[in-house]
Amino acid sequence: MRSFSSSRLATLLILAAAIAALPLIFPSGYYFRVAALVWISALAAIGLNVLMGQAGQVSLGHAGFFGIGAYAVAIGPTHLGIPPWASLLLGAVLAGGLAYLVGRPVLRLRGHYLAIATLGLGVLVSIVLTNESRWTGGPDGMPVPRLILFGWRVSGAETWYWVTGGALLVGTWIALNLTDTPTGRALRALHDSEVAARVAGVDVARYKLAAFVIAAVYASLAGSLLALMNGFITPDQAGFLHSVEFVTMVVVGGLGSVAGAIVGAVVLVTLPQLLTAFQDYQHLMLGLLIMLFMIFLREGIVPSLRALWRLRAAGAAA
Amino acid sequence: MPEFLQFLFSGLTVGAVYAMVALGFTLIYNASDVVNFAQGEFVMIGGMVTAFLGYAGVPLPLAALLAIAVAIVVGLLLHALAIEPARGASAVTLIIITIGASIFLRGAAQVIFDKQAHKIPAFSGDAPITFMGAAILPQSLWVLGGAVVTFVAIFLFMDRTLLGKAVLATASNRLAAQLVGINTRTVMALSFGASAAIGALAGILITPITLTSYDAGILLALKGFAAAMLGGMGNPLGAVLGGILLGLFEQFSAGYVSSSYKDAVAFITILLVLFVMPSGLLGRRAVERV
Repeated sequence: MRSFSSSRLATLLILAAAIAALPLIFPSGYYFRVAALVWISALAAIGLNVLMGQAGQVSLGHAGFFGIGAYAVAIGPTHLGIPPWASLLLGAVLAGGLAYLVGRPVLRLRGHYLAIATLGLGVLVSIVLTNESRWTGGPDGMPVPRLILFGWRVSGAETWYWVTGGALLVGTWIALNLTDTPTGRALRALHDSEVAARVAGVDVARYKLAAFVIAAVYASLAGSLLALMNGFITPDQAGFLHSVEFVTMVVVGGLGSVAGAIVGAVVLVTLPQLLTAFQDYQHLMLGLLIMLFMIFLREGIVPSLRALWRLRAAGAAA
Repeated sequence: MPEFLQFLFSGLTVGAVYAMVALGFTLIYNASDVVNFAQGEFVMIGGMVTAFLGYAGVPLPLAALLAIAVAIVVGLLLHALAIEPARGASAVTLIIITIGASIFLRGAAQVIFDKQAHKIPAFSGDAPITFMGAAILPQSLWVLGGAVVTFVAIFLFMDRTLLGKAVLATASNRLAAQLVGINTRTVMALSFGASAAIGALAGILITPITLTSYDAGILLALKGFAAAMLGGMGNPLGAVLGGILLGLFEQFSAGYVSSSYKDAVAFITILLVLFVMPSGLLGRRAVERV
């Protein structure tokens, strides 16, 4: 148990050090922006990892919750006169509430049926956001008012780098701590075997629902941060392809590993930035790289590296 | 009444296409347990290749045959280069691989063709046939006829040929099929090829009505998946039934309720059905051995 908690502390310290040190090597504001995008995506991926990695339930509609958070901070201040920070909280409550309401019937499903149900849920959210143009600006999207906290107007790539980095640290800390709570243990038990968990007295339906709600809240907060940083939001952010991106982050990084979710976000956010050099070939390359990652590193980056490390250590000992 | 007939016919036409996509899903799923999200791209390839060969002056029947051949090659390559090397990976990993493949194929189509919408001329003219007050496009009859021929051919193949029985055996128990000497790898390759051909045919038949573009496949794949699950995953008859039901629901709700939520109907339907019947309409209840 000791080594377990020290590895958690290491994850948190490495992340904090990376967030603090990266600006030293950033040559321009563009890098702050991309890094802030990585922190935001990582926050959503960490939440999804609670559902997929710990509870073992897939969700192909997670961008729907991301979209709810994003549009909450757009619609709240613009149409309802709710200040942005309150809209952010309201979005999280809405996303969590929706997850709670539909969670029970949806999480009763298994395997591919669960996949299509969550996919349907996400697509429905994005269709509503696209169609209700009176509220959402339709397919063209809508502007998002700036976040003002205690008279401080939060703007600029560097400021947002620190805000999103701080949010990611807090999110990581909570997710890491979750692993050692009774909830975390129950989730791991039902991941390994639902039947065995039930026999051991774990209320399977309740814990699956808890994981779904936690994941939805993380996604919603990440969506709100993105909308506030960009100052603009389109329904694509809630679309199926964005959901797939989140799932890919979790799996590419390493299912079940908090550090993996962050690494996955780094890969999936920075790759397209690097690929813009290929212009028209961008999608082709992205699809190819996703396939290659999944075929050759199917355990995910972090678990594969850890296995390699252990192999090295064993080799050195012998 | 004419209105009702009109919606019925357009629903059956769209439903036939969903059914063909869903049948393709089911064939691949049964042979390999892979949910192939690149299924919609086969439909796109069928339409796009035919359209571009048509622009180059190739006669329509030949262009259609060539398009189906291209799709089959793509399907076989997908199996050999992306699915076979990942054998034994988890279901989620396999889903991401096929989604990666669909992004790749879309990107390739964008580079090889372009980003515009394209049309194939209708097979027997655009003049609608009037039937009890409803106007029916001749192309709709082609779609329905093509779908029926495809379904009958697939079911005869499964029922009457030795290879078809090998496919069924692989679907019900892969290990047992291997033990009695069935080459399950060939069966998997065959399913990918057949699914690609069915998808491409669907694309060729529907493009004169709906047009096609490099990104036409994605929504079709999602709805085809929904149709396959609606009928009960792994059941070919269920896939066809699910596809036609989805097409009908979609067109009737677009006609009588609101057309802006047309695309939502498929997903609302699948959610409602799964809440009541967690294994789809014709799906067997899953019993798990502990």
